[in-house]
Amino acid sequence: MVPLNYFLILAAILFCLGVIGFVMKRNLITMFMSIELMLNSVNLTFVAFSRHINVLSGQIFVFFVMVIAAAEAAVGLAIIVAFYRNRESLNVDEVDRMKL
Amino acid sequence: MQTIVFFIFAFIAVAAAINMLVQKHPIHSALSLIVVMAMLSIFYVMLYAEFLAVVQVIVYAGAIMVLFVFVIMLLNPREESHRTRQNRFLLVAGVPLGLCLMAEIVILLRRAPLGENETGRQLVGTTEAVGRVLFTDYLLPFEFISVLILIAILGAVVLTKREL
Repeated sequence: MVPLNYFLILAAILFCLGVIGFVMKRNLITMFMSIELMLNSVNLTFVAFSRHINVLSGQIFVFFVMVIAAAEAAVGLAIIVAFYRNRESLNVDEVDRMKL
Repeated sequence: MQTIVFFIFAFIAVAAAINMLVQKHPIHSALSLIVVMAMLSIFYVMLYAEFLAVVQVIVYAGAIMVLFVFVIMLLNPREESHRTRQNRFLLVAGVPLGLCLMAEIVILLRRAPLGENETGRQLVGTTEAVGRVLFTDYLLPFEFISVLILIAILGAVVLTKREL
Protein backbone atom coordinates (compact mmCIF):
# COMPACT_ATOMS: atom_id res chain seq x y z
CA MET A 1 0.00 0.00 0.00
CA VAL A 2 1.59 3.25 -1.16
CA PRO A 3 1.05 6.15 1.30
CA LEU A 4 -1.20 9.00 0.23
CA ASN A 5 1.61 11.53 0.63
CA TYR A 6 3.63 9.99 -2.18
CA PHE A 7 0.82 10.44 -4.67
CA LEU A 8 0.19 14.01 -3.52
CA ILE A 9 3.86 14.94 -3.81
CA LEU A 10 4.08 13.38 -7.28
CA ALA A 11 0.99 15.32 -8.32
CA ALA A 12 2.51 18.53 -6.92
CA ILE A 13 5.73 17.96 -8.87
CA LEU A 14 3.83 17.35 -12.10
CA PHE A 15 1.64 20.40 -11.50
CA CYS A 16 4.66 22.65 -10.94
CA LEU A 17 6.33 21.29 -14.07
CA GLY A 18 3.15 22.27 -15.90
CA VAL A 19 3.33 25.76 -14.40
CA ILE A 20 6.99 26.09 -15.42
CA GLY A 21 6.14 24.95 -18.94
CA PHE A 22 3.30 27.43 -19.18
CA VAL A 23 5.54 30.32 -18.13
CA MET A 24 8.64 29.24 -20.03
CA LYS A 25 7.28 28.13 -23.38
CA ARG A 26 6.40 30.57 -26.14
CA ASN A 27 4.68 28.08 -28.43
CA LEU A 28 0.88 28.13 -28.20
CA ILE A 29 0.52 24.36 -28.59
CA THR A 30 3.17 23.57 -25.98
CA MET A 31 1.59 25.99 -23.52
CA PHE A 32 -1.70 24.26 -24.11
CA MET A 33 -0.09 20.90 -23.39
CA SER A 34 1.29 22.29 -20.12
CA ILE A 35 -2.27 23.10 -19.11
CA GLU A 36 -3.25 19.51 -19.87
CA LEU A 37 -0.39 18.33 -17.65
CA MET A 38 -1.69 20.49 -14.79
CA LEU A 39 -5.21 19.12 -15.23
CA ASN A 40 -3.84 15.58 -15.16
CA SER A 41 -1.88 16.12 -11.96
CA VAL A 42 -4.99 17.48 -10.23
CA ASN A 43 -6.85 14.38 -11.40
CA LEU A 44 -4.23 12.25 -9.67
CA THR A 45 -4.84 14.17 -6.44
CA PHE A 46 -8.57 13.57 -6.73
CA VAL A 47 -8.15 9.85 -7.22
CA ALA A 48 -5.63 9.55 -4.38
CA PHE A 49 -7.96 11.30 -1.93
CA SER A 50 -10.90 9.27 -3.20
CA ARG A 51 -8.95 6.16 -2.27
CA HIS A 52 -7.87 7.63 1.04
CA ILE A 53 -11.29 8.58 2.41
CA ASN A 54 -13.00 5.69 0.66
CA VAL A 55 -15.58 7.75 -1.25
CA LEU A 56 -16.22 7.31 -4.95
CA SER A 57 -17.13 10.97 -5.62
CA GLY A 58 -13.52 11.89 -6.34
CA GLN A 59 -13.48 9.59 -9.33
CA ILE A 60 -16.68 11.16 -10.66
CA PHE A 61 -15.00 14.58 -10.44
CA VAL A 62 -12.07 13.23 -12.44
CA PHE A 63 -14.53 12.00 -15.05
CA PHE A 64 -16.00 15.50 -15.30
CA VAL A 65 -12.54 17.08 -15.48
CA MET A 66 -11.75 14.80 -18.41
CA VAL A 67 -14.90 15.94 -20.22
CA ILE A 68 -13.99 19.58 -19.59
CA ALA A 69 -10.46 18.90 -20.86
CA ALA A 70 -11.85 17.35 -24.03
CA ALA A 71 -14.11 20.35 -24.64
CA GLU A 72 -11.23 22.70 -23.89
CA ALA A 73 -8.92 20.86 -26.29
CA ALA A 74 -11.51 21.01 -29.09
CA VAL A 75 -12.19 24.74 -28.72
CA GLY A 76 -8.60 25.71 -27.89
CA LEU A 77 -7.09 23.88 -30.83
CA ALA A 78 -9.73 25.39 -33.12
CA ILE A 79 -8.67 28.84 -31.89
CA ILE A 80 -5.01 27.94 -32.48
CA VAL A 81 -5.77 26.81 -36.03
CA ALA A 82 -7.71 30.03 -36.72
CA PHE A 83 -4.85 32.06 -35.25
CA TYR A 84 -2.24 30.27 -37.35
CA ARG A 85 -4.24 30.90 -40.53
CA ASN A 86 -4.13 34.64 -39.87
CA ARG A 87 -0.59 35.08 -38.54
CA GLU A 88 1.40 32.16 -39.97
CA SER A 89 2.98 31.75 -36.54
CA LEU A 90 2.37 29.98 -33.25
CA ASN A 91 4.36 32.38 -31.09
CA VAL A 92 2.28 33.61 -28.20
CA ASP A 93 4.02 37.00 -28.28
CA GLU A 94 2.19 37.74 -31.51
CA VAL A 95 -1.17 37.46 -29.75
CA ASP A 96 -1.29 41.14 -28.91
CA ARG A 97 -4.48 42.24 -30.61
CA MET A 98 -8.03 41.24 -29.79
CA LYS A 99 -8.96 41.41 -33.46
CA LEU A 100 -7.62 38.78 -35.80
CA MET B 1 6.72 -4.09 -3.46
CA GLN B 2 4.00 -1.65 -4.51
CA THR B 3 6.14 1.25 -3.31
CA ILE B 4 9.03 0.14 -5.52
CA VAL B 5 6.70 -0.05 -8.52
CA PHE B 6 5.34 3.37 -7.62
CA PHE B 7 8.82 4.91 -7.53
CA ILE B 8 9.79 3.40 -10.87
CA PHE B 9 6.73 4.77 -12.63
CA ALA B 10 6.86 8.08 -10.76
CA PHE B 11 10.42 8.52 -11.97
CA ILE B 12 9.37 7.80 -15.56
CA ALA B 13 6.45 10.24 -15.28
CA VAL B 14 8.60 13.08 -13.91
CA ALA B 15 11.34 12.41 -16.46
CA ALA B 16 8.81 12.51 -19.30
CA ALA B 17 7.31 15.74 -17.94
CA ILE B 18 10.75 17.35 -17.76
CA ASN B 19 11.49 16.10 -21.26
CA MET B 20 8.28 17.78 -22.40
CA LEU B 21 9.63 21.12 -21.18
CA VAL B 22 13.13 20.64 -22.57
CA GLN B 23 12.14 19.59 -26.09
CA LYS B 24 11.91 22.42 -28.59
CA HIS B 25 9.63 20.93 -31.23
CA PRO B 26 5.94 20.59 -30.21
CA ILE B 27 5.65 17.03 -31.56
CA HIS B 28 8.35 15.81 -29.17
CA SER B 29 6.58 17.53 -26.29
CA ALA B 30 3.30 15.88 -27.30
CA LEU B 31 4.86 12.41 -27.36
CA SER B 32 6.39 12.99 -23.90
CA LEU B 33 3.00 14.07 -22.60
CA ILE B 34 1.50 10.81 -23.87
CA VAL B 35 4.06 8.93 -21.75
CA VAL B 36 3.04 10.97 -18.69
CA MET B 37 -0.61 10.10 -19.31
CA ALA B 38 0.14 6.40 -19.64
CA MET B 39 2.00 6.52 -16.31
CA LEU B 40 -0.95 8.28 -14.68
CA SER B 41 -3.16 5.48 -15.94
CA ILE B 42 -0.88 3.01 -14.12
CA PHE B 43 -1.24 5.07 -10.93
CA TYR B 44 -5.02 4.94 -11.28
CA VAL B 45 -4.82 1.15 -11.41
CA MET B 46 -2.67 1.21 -8.26
CA LEU B 47 -5.37 3.34 -6.59
CA TYR B 48 -8.10 0.86 -7.59
CA ALA B 49 -9.73 3.26 -10.07
CA GLU B 50 -10.03 0.78 -12.92
CA PHE B 51 -12.63 2.64 -14.94
CA LEU B 52 -10.64 5.88 -14.84
CA ALA B 53 -7.46 4.07 -15.84
CA VAL B 54 -9.14 2.85 -19.01
CA VAL B 55 -10.80 6.22 -19.67
CA GLN B 56 -7.45 7.94 -19.18
CA VAL B 57 -5.92 5.88 -21.96
CA ILE B 58 -8.92 6.09 -24.29
CA VAL B 59 -9.88 9.74 -23.84
CA TYR B 60 -6.59 11.43 -22.96
CA ALA B 61 -3.96 9.43 -24.77
CA GLY B 62 -6.33 8.21 -27.45
CA ALA B 63 -8.49 11.22 -28.29
CA ILE B 64 -7.11 14.47 -26.89
CA MET B 65 -3.46 13.80 -27.66
CA VAL B 66 -4.30 12.49 -31.14
CA LEU B 67 -6.10 15.80 -31.69
CA PHE B 68 -2.96 17.62 -30.57
CA VAL B 69 -0.71 15.57 -32.84
CA PHE B 70 -3.11 16.12 -35.76
CA VAL B 71 -3.03 19.89 -35.25
CA ILE B 72 0.77 19.88 -34.96
CA MET B 73 1.08 17.91 -38.20
CA LEU B 74 -1.52 20.12 -39.90
CA LEU B 75 0.21 23.38 -38.98
CA ASN B 76 3.76 22.03 -39.25
CA PRO B 77 5.29 24.61 -36.91
CA ARG B 78 8.97 25.39 -36.78
CA GLU B 79 11.18 24.76 -33.79
CA GLU B 80 10.94 27.25 -31.00
CA SER B 81 13.80 29.72 -30.87
CA HIS B 82 15.16 30.78 -27.52
CA ARG B 83 17.06 33.74 -28.86
CA THR B 84 14.90 36.73 -27.94
CA ARG B 85 15.50 38.69 -24.77
CA GLN B 86 11.97 38.15 -23.51
CA ASN B 87 12.41 34.38 -23.71
CA ARG B 88 15.58 34.51 -21.68
CA PHE B 89 13.87 36.65 -19.04
CA LEU B 90 11.04 34.14 -18.75
CA LEU B 91 13.54 31.29 -18.45
CA VAL B 92 15.38 33.08 -15.65
CA ALA B 93 12.22 34.17 -13.84
CA GLY B 94 9.85 31.30 -14.50
CA VAL B 95 11.94 28.27 -13.60
CA PRO B 96 13.03 29.45 -10.10
CA LEU B 97 9.47 30.58 -9.36
CA GLY B 98 8.09 27.20 -10.37
CA LEU B 99 10.73 25.39 -8.34
CA CYS B 100 9.90 27.55 -5.29
CA LEU B 101 6.22 26.67 -5.68
CA MET B 102 7.13 22.99 -5.95
CA ALA B 103 9.35 23.07 -2.84
CA GLU B 104 6.64 24.87 -0.90
CA ILE B 105 3.94 22.35 -1.75
CA VAL B 106 6.20 19.35 -1.13
CA ILE B 107 7.31 20.65 2.29
CA LEU B 108 3.72 21.33 3.27
CA LEU B 109 2.57 17.91 2.12
CA ARG B 110 5.30 16.13 4.03
CA ARG B 111 4.05 17.68 7.27
CA ALA B 112 0.33 17.59 6.54
CA PRO B 113 -1.69 15.60 9.09
CA LEU B 114 -3.60 13.53 6.57
CA GLY B 115 -4.87 10.95 9.04
CA GLU B 116 -4.99 7.23 8.72
CA ASN B 117 -6.42 5.41 5.75
CA GLU B 118 -10.08 4.51 6.20
CA THR B 119 -10.24 0.87 7.07
CA GLY B 120 -12.96 -1.58 6.28
CA ARG B 121 -14.25 -2.55 2.86
CA GLN B 122 -12.29 -0.62 0.24
CA LEU B 123 -14.29 0.79 -2.64
CA VAL B 124 -13.05 -0.22 -6.07
CA GLY B 125 -13.81 2.13 -8.96
CA THR B 126 -15.15 -0.45 -11.36
CA THR B 127 -17.35 0.60 -14.25
CA GLU B 128 -20.39 -0.64 -12.36
CA ALA B 129 -19.62 1.29 -9.17
CA VAL B 130 -18.72 4.51 -10.99
CA GLY B 131 -21.76 4.23 -13.26
CA ARG B 132 -24.07 3.67 -10.32
CA VAL B 133 -22.88 6.86 -8.60
CA LEU B 134 -22.77 8.81 -11.86
CA PHE B 135 -26.36 8.03 -12.84
CA THR B 136 -27.89 8.51 -9.40
CA ASP B 137 -26.14 11.19 -7.32
CA TYR B 138 -24.53 13.04 -10.22
CA LEU B 139 -27.20 12.71 -12.89
CA LEU B 140 -27.88 16.44 -13.25
CA PRO B 141 -24.21 17.45 -13.69
CA PHE B 142 -23.87 14.60 -16.17
CA GLU B 143 -26.72 15.96 -18.29
CA PHE B 144 -25.35 19.50 -18.12
CA ILE B 145 -21.89 18.39 -19.13
CA SER B 146 -23.29 16.61 -22.18
CA VAL B 147 -24.82 19.93 -23.28
CA LEU B 148 -21.48 21.62 -22.61
CA ILE B 149 -19.56 19.23 -24.82
CA LEU B 150 -22.16 19.70 -27.59
CA ILE B 151 -21.57 23.46 -27.41
CA ALA B 152 -17.81 22.82 -27.55
CA ILE B 153 -18.24 20.80 -30.75
CA LEU B 154 -20.30 23.60 -32.31
CA GLY B 155 -17.71 26.14 -31.21
CA ALA B 156 -14.88 24.16 -32.75
CA VAL B 157 -16.76 23.86 -36.06
CA VAL B 158 -17.56 27.59 -36.15
CA LEU B 159 -14.01 28.63 -35.23
CA THR B 160 -12.31 26.58 -37.92
CA LYS B 161 -14.51 27.88 -40.71
CA ARG B 162 -12.55 29.64 -43.44
CA GLU B 163 -13.99 33.11 -43.00
CA LEU B 164 -14.31 33.95 -39.32
